[in-house]
Amino acid sequence: MRILSNTAVLLGKELQTEFRSRELLTTTIVFILIVIVLFSFTFDPSVSESRRFGPGLLWLAFLFSASLMLQPCFLKEKTNDTLSALRLCVADPFAIFLAKLLANACLLLLVQLLLLPIFAVFYNIKVGAVFPQLAMVFLFGSLGVSVTGTALSAISAQVRMRELMLPLLLLPLLVPILISSTEATAALLEEKPTLRLDWLGILIAFDVVFLTALWLFGEYLLEE
Amino acid sequence: MSQRIGRPTGIKFTKIEKRFGSLYALRRLDLEIAPGECLALTGRNGSGKTTLLRVASQLTRPTHGELAFLGLNASETPTVGYVSHAIMLYDELTAQENLLLFARLLGIQEPQERTLKLLEATNLAARATSLVRTFSRGMKQRLAIARALLQEPGLLLLDEPATGLDTESMEWLTGAIRGLRDEGRTVVMSLHGESSLSQLATRAARLDAGSLVADTHAGATFQNVFAVTGA
Amino acid sequence: MAKTGVYSFLVCTLMGVTAYAAFYIAPTEVTMGLVQRIFYLHAPSGMTSLMAFLVSFVGSVAYILTRKPRWDWLAVSAAEVGVAFCTVVLLTGPIWAHPAWGVWWAWDARLTSTLVLWLLYVAFLILRTMIEDADRRALVSAFFGVFTFLDVPLVYGSIWWWRTQHPQPVVFTSAGLDPTMRKVFYLSWLSLTCLMALLIRQRYELEQSRDELRSLEQELEAN
Repeated sequence: MRILSNTAVLLGKELQTEFRSRELLTTTIVFILIVIVLFSFTFDPSVSESRRFGPGLLWLAFLFSASLMLQPCFLKEKTNDTLSALRLCVADPFAIFLAKLLANACLLLLVQLLLLPIFAVFYNIKVGAVFPQLAMVFLFGSLGVSVTGTALSAISAQVRMRELMLPLLLLPLLVPILISSTEATAALLEEKPTLRLDWLGILIAFDVVFLTALWLFGEYLLEE
Repeated sequence: MSQRIGRPTGIKFTKIEKRFGSLYALRRLDLEIAPGECLALTGRNGSGKTTLLRVASQLTRPTHGELAFLGLNASETPTVGYVSHAIMLYDELTAQENLLLFARLLGIQEPQERTLKLLEATNLAARATSLVRTFSRGMKQRLAIARALLQEPGLLLLDEPATGLDTESMEWLTGAIRGLRDEGRTVVMSLHGESSLSQLATRAARLDAGSLVADTHAGATFQNVFAVTGA
Repeated sequence: MAKTGVYSFLVCTLMGVTAYAAFYIAPTEVTMGLVQRIFYLHAPSGMTSLMAFLVSFVGSVAYILTRKPRWDWLAVSAAEVGVAFCTVVLLTGPIWAHPAWGVWWAWDARLTSTLVLWLLYVAFLILRTMIEDADRRALVSAFFGVFTFLDVPLVYGSIWWWRTQHPQPVVFTSAGLDPTMRKVFYLSWLSLTCLMALLIRQRYELEQSRDELRSLEQELEAN
């Protein structure tokens, strides 16, 4: 199926471009660190308090930085009108979205996994034992952020005040992700860690709903 | 330029209208371009040339009207090559990577081979592994044409291809288009005025404010069509 | 026009009857007293705003599929009316909460969800102001409108589940509604729904007139 091969080719290109320069990756990681450090000044970072506030802060910092880092996604395709070139070459415009959202999800997941040890050190939380489960929560959370963020990046590239519009549109939409991811992460970092399938279920439901909506209606966003 | 060519494809615009908000870029335009024709399209800025070409490339959906491709069999889809104002290439990739990317997306068999052949034909083989960011305007234009030729299109659309080109690049471009025309491909190019490119045309037409106002097929002469162009 | 006039009159009458019922017919609640009566405005407004947002969603989907401008007019009209009713919920909440429970705000499931909903649809309306071209605005906001409405059950669900996991003092209940209270509640819901339909209709006609004006201006420019 050409849409799958198109997606693979474009995904390869997106990842290749990012790993060549690594600008998005490094700036995102540093930004999240800045936010986490700043947040730490707002409460007493004792072990018990950290356990309470830590997961929420991590995800909040993550959402803020995602809403900034997803901006160039479609904006950069305006530079030389490469979006038109893609539209001319792909069999189905959804391949463009799929490739970009998968690339963004990979980057977001990578950012989270790289930050996890730093987070564990800052807040004296043991993450080793539950690493696979945490990775799973991060995966579905990143996917949800990526699906909606990529779609909204296509929107914000077309409007005024786009630097403000993307966070404005994206953050309220991500409330279910914030709640579910925070709760699931917190449950995994407790004394007796548990994998909360209920919260994971909401994450997966979010991902499925918005991926389907993007599949059905996404091509209309790219129309002229 | 290439060994095989896609079947020459004509295009027929019927009552094509394109509105952008309150602006009518194209007003109920009728135009039929036969397979194999080389049409020079002219007109002032804002006359609708770019919009017409974008509608032909199917990047822009017309507000009203119909588009039909001529000279194809029932099951064939048109192969269209489009070169616009923007180069439609990735600055951060090399010339080869750009062509390879689009070749793979188009599903071309043996994309490496086709890429290398086109780079040679556009005199860019020496700079195949340089980033497009480092290219001159003339080189970018040549690469853009290479991209448009990936599918060996039966219809080639060129939007003001001579813009910003120096004499040497202009000579190359004229020779390249002559070659494509002689291979039988349909060529539609929008131009500002008479030049070595307009001399290649078998037909000329002028647009003004979204309507067709002069056409050598309707009795006008080449001189008439290019007469009042302005800026 | 006459029809709208008659309908407006009926809506006003219905609302008057509801107000009377809320103040005089419904029995006084035991613990909270007079201020509890605001419940008859607070709760149905929430439900009405959801209905308005559903109408907006229908408009958005219909626009994407048909590209007829009237669906865009419906989408924006219903969204604005929905935001208005949401605002009523958010304002009556504190007015009720403070005398009754001593707090201005409680992060209970319904109120918090309404707040997020309000933010989402205000973002929708702001998005529309950022796009000049009418057709592009209609298409882009229709797409966002679809996303926003699909998020509504997820928002409500996740917030409700979150509050269930971390129970807190219960506020904003009218636990064990007395039968008369229930009747007044439904009457209020009916009259607010009728008001919603009227407001959407008025706003829709405003949007329609704006579009006509725009077309006339374009025609004038063309000649």
